[in-house]
Amino acid sequence: MKNLPAYIVLLPLCSALLSLALSKIHKHLGRDVVFGALAGSLVLSVVQLVRVIQNGPIHYVFGGYKIPYGIEFSVDTINAVIVIMVCTLGVLSCLFAFNFDKNGDALQVGGAYTMHALLVLGMVGMTMTGDVFNLYVFLEITSLTAYCLIAMGGSRGIVSAFRYLLVGTVAATFYLLGVGILYSVTGTLNMSDMAACLKQGNNDSAMLMAMMFLIAAFGIKMALFPFHGWQPSAYTHAHTGARPLIAGAMGKIPAYAMFRYLYCIYGKDFKYFRYVLLIIGVISVCGMIYGSVRAMAQKDIRKVLAYSSVAQIGYISLGFAIGSPLALAGAFLHMLGHAFMKGGLFFAAGAISWKYGTFDLNDFGRIYKKMPFTAGLLTVGALSMIGIPPTVGFFSKWYLACGAAQTHEYVYIFVLVLSSLLNAVYFFKVIEKVFVQADKNRKPLHPEGKGVTEAPITIMIPVVTCILMILLLGVFNVKVIDILLISLKGVAL
Amino acid sequence: MILTALDYRPGIIVLLPLIASCLIYVLGEHIRPNYREAITFAAAFPMAALVYSMIPAALAGKEIGFTLLEIVKGVPLQFSVDAAGMIFACVASTLWIVTSCYSIGYMRGHGEKNQTGYYSAFAMCLTATMGLCFSANLLTFFIFFEVLTVATYPLVVHYRDEEGTRSGRKYLAYTLISGQLFFAGIVILYSFTGRMDFVPGGFVNTGDIPMPWMLAVFILMIGAGIVKAGVMPLHSWLPAAMVAPTPVSALLHAVAVVKAGAFCTLRVVLYVFGPEAARFCHGSEILAWMAVATILISSLIAIRKDNLKARLAFSTVGQLSYIILGIAILSPFAATGALYHIVAHAFMKITLFMCAGAIFVTTHRKNISEIIGIGRQMPVTMTCFTLASLAVAGFPFFVGFTSKANIIMGAISMGQPFFVATLIVSALLALTYLMPVVLLAFKRDFYNSQFPVKKEASLPMLIPIMFTAACSLILGVMPNFGLHLYDLAAMAGNAIFGLSL
Repeated sequence: MKNLPAYIVLLPLCSALLSLALSKIHKHLGRDVVFGALAGSLVLSVVQLVRVIQNGPIHYVFGGYKIPYGIEFSVDTINAVIVIMVCTLGVLSCLFAFNFDKNGDALQVGGAYTMHALLVLGMVGMTMTGDVFNLYVFLEITSLTAYCLIAMGGSRGIVSAFRYLLVGTVAATFYLLGVGILYSVTGTLNMSDMAACLKQGNNDSAMLMAMMFLIAAFGIKMALFPFHGWQPSAYTHAHTGARPLIAGAMGKIPAYAMFRYLYCIYGKDFKYFRYVLLIIGVISVCGMIYGSVRAMAQKDIRKVLAYSSVAQIGYISLGFAIGSPLALAGAFLHMLGHAFMKGGLFFAAGAISWKYGTFDLNDFGRIYKKMPFTAGLLTVGALSMIGIPPTVGFFSKWYLACGAAQTHEYVYIFVLVLSSLLNAVYFFKVIEKVFVQADKNRKPLHPEGKGVTEAPITIMIPVVTCILMILLLGVFNVKVIDILLISLKGVAL
Repeated sequence: MILTALDYRPGIIVLLPLIASCLIYVLGEHIRPNYREAITFAAAFPMAALVYSMIPAALAGKEIGFTLLEIVKGVPLQFSVDAAGMIFACVASTLWIVTSCYSIGYMRGHGEKNQTGYYSAFAMCLTATMGLCFSANLLTFFIFFEVLTVATYPLVVHYRDEEGTRSGRKYLAYTLISGQLFFAGIVILYSFTGRMDFVPGGFVNTGDIPMPWMLAVFILMIGAGIVKAGVMPLHSWLPAAMVAPTPVSALLHAVAVVKAGAFCTLRVVLYVFGPEAARFCHGSEILAWMAVATILISSLIAIRKDNLKARLAFSTVGQLSYIILGIAILSPFAATGALYHIVAHAFMKITLFMCAGAIFVTTHRKNISEIIGIGRQMPVTMTCFTLASLAVAGFPFFVGFTSKANIIMGAISMGQPFFVATLIVSALLALTYLMPVVLLAFKRDFYNSQFPVKKEASLPMLIPIMFTAACSLILGVMPNFGLHLYDLAAMAGNAIFGLSL
């Protein structure tokens, strides 16, 4: 098992290649292979986390080339946890997608699962890599597959995908520019090597320039305000089967990459570090408020959730901006928690649309009568978004607020409070629709009997798993925080 | 708190209604209503028994409880039993049985919809309330406080109509905003002091937090409590929530919600800040004057209300401020009185509300002007109503007297004649707004053809009314009857101010 990090990436890659070919034999053979491979990756990533906790960080070098010339995967506790999150969401949304691949020929169906596997591969690679250029490669894999999956969501999906393509290409270019500046200063592409070189040299203005490019690049990719323009329509019109994965996990990985640059490569010795943090803090705060305000005005639940993501990604970058160990741990807890919240909410919305073919909130009136479990789970997810204990949303907010109090940035505490209240406004609007307001004449897509009829089990498993994860991460958050703090101790402010 | 004995009973007490709530939500629509209500009682009776079984330990001053796990870094999820929590737990668990029995009569007699959701949310409220009673630190307390906020919401919007929706929004706006500010207060307090656990007499030293900040933290933290307790000018959600069915009003006013607010204020003022720090930052003064204003204004508003439940709601707003005033006076007597008023008000007000509900179910009338002469039709109900009214007015030998006398003694000992005057005036005002109802119901001149025959509400409604009315009489004569609630209140009051019994 010396090659563990490589296997986690290779399994989805192989299944992606096989999926297309196998779907020629049978329409659904490809998806089974992809599902199996992603499940395998998930198991391996759990094994990896256990090993990292026991033996310390893993530094895996591809092909035996020496560092800093070869490509390195460096896995510490933080990205080991994030890889598990990505793989879990990958598996769940693959299972979920089973219900939405009835249309289309074998090639389209197989292709969708190929893209799905490649998207997971790209995100996992981006998380684990220890090489700045390799990160670019995985970033492009992630982006290209995401463009495809968004374009598969029908005619509006194509427009959204094209828009994302234009903006995303700019982001990739910015990233390359940033890396180019850093490479010209240090002459290395390996992250830890680069960090060491940057500490020795006196290149503060070049570093600041590069950092601005990187913030813009990652800001676009993670849909951080004010770079979020592409995101709401992309999340809304993406392929239904892939939406939870795209919305749940895709924004988090660039955020983690940003953390890497900020704290692992630049570090707190960087002369302008405080200013950079202040800039990130200000845009996070603006994003948290802007995203929530826009979300209030939406009638489509996909748009509500998409704009809420703009706000929630602000929590994560706010944690980076505060920078104390607790705040960083809170940011990562929120990264995990929010992935499952958003994933779970999109799964639940998918369950409703599977039955009634609608995402319009006005059609959700008293849907709890027909789908009490979905409604209940949706409520727990929404409460977690608001930050009501004992869900994980509350605890990540707690750590962020405590971190802010540690560094005496009390303004951030009140921003968190304000943001929770704004979240409450539109999530209680959803809850009100689901439980209180009168039902419209919904027409079921699938024949249903009297009384309770839930969506099929392959939809319910992802919903239940995500909501359970929200509660488990909430109640046992100290375990997660401990694991995260192992790696955070050295780098935090 | 340092625990002297490991005991899992508080945890079981919190868990019982939680399980009941989930079971009712999942099974409620699939089983017969009788079985569904059986689940409620299957949780309520053992829960009450467990609460009572801990009274001896609490009376002996033993700290029992347990630590479940570390809920956030450095702060455990901890339950423990102390005298103050015990009082609230006794009241809530006893009244849950009473209200459940009454609910069955009311909800069926009135043919209500959404009963499954109702019983499920009700049980969830009890989970939160029990959690509040036994929380040993601020964070545990806050978790259950927020759960209570959310669990009450479905009850407020029970009818699912326009008005209910509006009240629900109002309720959420008030409670969530104040809850989030409470959260900010806890975080800031924790960052200054590094402590969370409730200590009788508080753990905040006057030098811990620089002065303007200290008052700010104090206000942030009591905000949540006084919103739930309906202190003016933050009370308007409470009368709006009267659109819900009467048993919900009973829960809100007597069993859980507003009491949780008063209890929260008690914990924050006397167990976190403590008398010294509260006096030092002038927070208690602000609190006391707000309470005084509320007592007087709410009574005046109550006089003008024709809707019986609205009149009772404003009476609650005033009565809860007695508790807040008792806390804010910062003397052992007043604290004892405040704690005992939690008991007193619960029994008096639940009786009044259940009477109003009984009248509504039998006659479908809500307004006082429409029920003139009702005493002829419903003599038992109206007798109970009379007893509870006298108790609210603080007549001797009724439960309201004991608590008020203590608060007045506290005010005298602290040299606050204006507070004494307020309490006395408000007793007279209480007579002014409750006695007309009794007089109009019973005066022979008003007996008319509207209510010619004797026809009481059904037994499941009548028995709880008689029980709580009897309690408010018995506890008035013998404050220690049964559960030793007065001793517990006195113990807590003395512990806070460092006196031995």
